[in-house]
Amino acid sequence: MHRTKVRVVEEALDANNTIAAANRADFDRHGVTVVNFMSAPGAGKTTLLEQLAGPTSSALRDRPGGDLGGIRFGVLEGDVQGSLDADRLAHLHIPVVQINTDSGFGGECHLDANMVRSAISALPLDDIDVLIVENVGNLVCPAEFRIGEDARVMVTSVTEGEDKPLKYPLMFRACELVLVNKIDLLPHLDLDLDKLLYHIDQVHPDVERIVCSARTGEGIDAWREWLRRVAGRAPALATG
Amino acid sequence: MHELSLAGAIINTAVKHADGRPVKLVSLRVGRLRQVIPDTLEFYFEFVARGTPCEGARLELEVIEAQLRCRPCAYAWSIEIPAFRCPQCGGSEVEIAAGNEFEVESIEVEELTASALRDRPEGDLGREEAECIAPR
Repeated sequence: MHRTKVRVVEEALDANNTIAAANRADFDRHGVTVVNFMSAPGAGKTTLLEQLAGPTSSALRDRPGGDLGGIRFGVLEGDVQGSLDADRLAHLHIPVVQINTDSGFGGECHLDANMVRSAISALPLDDIDVLIVENVGNLVCPAEFRIGEDARVMVTSVTEGEDKPLKYPLMFRACELVLVNKIDLLPHLDLDLDKLLYHIDQVHPDVERIVCSARTGEGIDAWREWLRRVAGRAPALATG
Repeated sequence: MHELSLAGAIINTAVKHADGRPVKLVSLRVGRLRQVIPDTLEFYFEFVARGTPCEGARLELEVIEAQLRCRPCAYAWSIEIPAFRCPQCGGSEVEIAAGNEFEVESIEVEELTASALRDRPEGDLGREEAECIAPR
């Protein structure tokens, strides 16, 4: 019995990237732009999606959900367990499909290309223009796994502190837009917003940023506009 | 915490290239920017490898320092902290020359003896071969 050295030189995530490319091809065929939506747990992702459907607190409640002003969107919800977020969106008549990641041991902490692939047949791709994939709340793993998206958006909330870009640079770099959420809370916090924005710029120079509040609706128009712009843009942003 | 998922990806890559042979060593190149903690990765690797051809294999890590290069002014530098603006011209068009690697460089496998090959349980590859020679 002897040992042989086998030269490999292969990116360990190639298998995932191959499946992601197949997902991309499927989405492209249906003309659907896909956005991978990521953040830490509790940063406000689901509320930011609710807000896209229309202000939840005003008389505009009867506005039909899932419409970005002529652009129809749907949501793929990734959670370790349950369908709480999907239920909130379905309530607003946004087309939504839930994936739970708890089939592995302990539950996967992110969506990978294969999980998204398994959900494609359930998605109403002919009825939507933009698919927003709400990833599992986590600032680390989702940054590593491409899912076949055209663009990546991350949310950081001001309650998380100024230092998060420096602690999680991988995530702050793995996106084309950073939403800085919960700014309605600034009067109650010691957070220095300029410092947070400076740190984001250090880690990811010139990345687009929108300062917003899913609670008051501030910045939501800009977020909606960004999605409309990405939906109309080809080819994809997120190639790196 | 992403080391668990990464360990799975490394093992899948190694198993694919091992061609059914037991893997004894996996050599990995990891860039500093991937934020991988070597000890944690080794811990999960050992755990996830159980029951696969990588069971008991050693994981060898080569850590690659982060090197950046500014496209407009060509300034090159290495970083310890995540600051990606060019310190010379302040520009943002900075490329990562090194430090983003996450690749299986090589593996060492044990060549099976003829008798071990006969007793080898039918893996995916075994089935594929069987299908190829089966009369249609």
